[in-house]
Amino acid sequence: MTDIDPVEIKRIRWRSRRGLLELDIVLERFLANGFDQLTTDELAAYRKCLELGDNDFLDYVNGKAEVDDPELAHIIGILRAV
Amino acid sequence: MTVPVRRFDAVIVGGGGAGMRAALQLSESGLKTAVLSKVFPTRSHTVAAQGGISASLGNVQEDRWEWHMYDTVKGSDWLGDQDAIEFMCRKAPEAVIELEHFGMPFDRLENGKIYQRPFGGHTQNNGETPVQRACAAADRTGHAMLHTLYQRNVRANTQFFVEWMALDLIRDEAGDVVGVTALEMETGEVYIFHAKAVLFATGGAGRIYAASTNAFINTGDGLGMCVRAGIPLEDMEFWQFHPTGVAGAGVLITEGVRGEGGILLNANGERFMERYAPNLKDLAPRDFVARSMEQEVLEGRGCGPNKDYVLLKLDHLGPDIIKQRLPGIREIAIKFAGVDPIKEPIPVIPTCHYMMGGIPTNYRGEVVIPQGDNPEARVNGFYAAGECACASVHGANRLGTNSLLDLVVFGKSAGDSMVEFIRNEMPTWKPLPANAAERSLARISRLDNQTNGEDVTEVRTAMQRTVQARAAVFRNSENLAQGVKEIQEVAERVKRIQIKDKSKVFNTARVEALELENLIEVAVATLISADARKESRGAHAHADFQQRDDEVWMKHTLYYGDDRRLTYKPVHTKPLSVDYIPPKERTF
Repeated sequence: MTDIDPVEIKRIRWRSRRGLLELDIVLERFLANGFDQLTTDELAAYRKCLELGDNDFLDYVNGKAEVDDPELAHIIGILRAV
Repeated sequence: MTVPVRRFDAVIVGGGGAGMRAALQLSESGLKTAVLSKVFPTRSHTVAAQGGISASLGNVQEDRWEWHMYDTVKGSDWLGDQDAIEFMCRKAPEAVIELEHFGMPFDRLENGKIYQRPFGGHTQNNGETPVQRACAAADRTGHAMLHTLYQRNVRANTQFFVEWMALDLIRDEAGDVVGVTALEMETGEVYIFHAKAVLFATGGAGRIYAASTNAFINTGDGLGMCVRAGIPLEDMEFWQFHPTGVAGAGVLITEGVRGEGGILLNANGERFMERYAPNLKDLAPRDFVARSMEQEVLEGRGCGPNKDYVLLKLDHLGPDIIKQRLPGIREIAIKFAGVDPIKEPIPVIPTCHYMMGGIPTNYRGEVVIPQGDNPEARVNGFYAAGECACASVHGANRLGTNSLLDLVVFGKSAGDSMVEFIRNEMPTWKPLPANAAERSLARISRLDNQTNGEDVTEVRTAMQRTVQARAAVFRNSENLAQGVKEIQEVAERVKRIQIKDKSKVFNTARVEALELENLIEVAVATLISADARKESRGAHAHADFQQRDDEVWMKHTLYYGDDRRLTYKPVHTKPLSVDYIPPKERTF
């Protein structure tokens, strides 16, 4: 992630604060372990996840809903494993 | 230092259900309205409300607002103000239909009317039989409400300031509220928001507990700002708990797990509920189970390295039953407790869910504080609604589905009061005091300059452990007194918290430090208020004073942060139009 604007990284970290505790916990773990290793493409996909509504996002992360967006499938897979 | 000033008719702090409902009222009246929110409004914690919103529509069964009022008064254990409760229950059908007209996608009956589901504590004919009163949008009622209100606000030209954190309330020499200071996270700059009226809708502060279902954003910012500005907090001893949250995470394990045969064990492997409730055992009422669990922990029979939780055992049910009947629970246990309940028990602990107390308001959403002989004098220009406010409709214990109702009814009511105030009493802005941003700038400057200070995460953990151990569901005199001492020690440490990252732009470390300064005010208020109340009422169950004492204690606590003192004010016993509902023993 060396070529990413450090301010953007901080912004993404803040936007990982959510309205649902379950997501907060998963994303907090991910930010501490895994986030820094993301490729530029993965980071773009993660940013897109942050635009999701909290319930949809959690359903993806919990495996309760199938991820129909191919751009998100890989990053959701990473989050499911956190 | 010159601080930039932005000027609005009304400033709302908090973009959840209550804030957005109030904002809509103001914007639609043509007033220039700003909403400040730490996160994008549709990601406010209102999104977590699944159960529904109660209203006596009577779409499924006969219902009346008077019955809803009775249930709410009884639920509050007679600490709720009956004028506010009548106001909320009477307005409920209108509020729900209004949301429907705004486009909120409620579940429907075949005849097209809004479907209503049953929910604990809601009854027909003053406690006779359960009634279906909760209106829901599948299991996403809060989410649907936020989206509906956000869209309406965009249409009404409400100006949203997203990723802005309000820092302090600005009061002038007369004590009137004339604005707030706020931090723009994007730049790290502090601004003054100069307003004719300010509303706090900052939500709860459940993060004061180690075990909490609340999202990380629920840091009681509005309450902290009030304490620093000399506004008291009401009934802070009353917090609602669920018995079984995953220890260390807060995610709830439904009571259905014990219904299916799950049992609670202490560190000795003993099924301790057999001792406390020989007949009902693990299926005893929620508050009773929670207190028994905590008593086990307090008496040294907790599990784990810190002996601070008990175990919920399911493996004896067998993998088939667990997979078939409790699939979601298995996922939660694996993800948040790191255990597979087919093989191992789940660590659980009573978990904080909702704050009944808050900023003292009346049913018009006006913040009211004692002044001379008047226990409830209006603070000019200051309003509050939602979980941060104490109207008080929930009293000592909130009924499920009454919280979403509280948001829209009192959000709207406060919005109406603000429109009236601005139109009739505040044609122009009162001048800002010369030192309007001084306190906020001093707080930030201290954080930037602190050396040899305390780590934010460590101090926050110490606060959460103290509140959890001393003021959760099991309370007695000795434990509470010890808690008062300990939390004041933690409060001294908060004064020395330090951040390593001194950068300005999106500095989340700074935000978390500022949040901790708010949380600690709530934590101290909770311990001191709880320590003083020598009775058991609703969520405040005191082992040394097990009865409700209406003679002495049917009164609201008011906590002042400047000298950490308490005063009290009477409960409103005069409803608006109906007869007073006199206290009775609360049996079910």
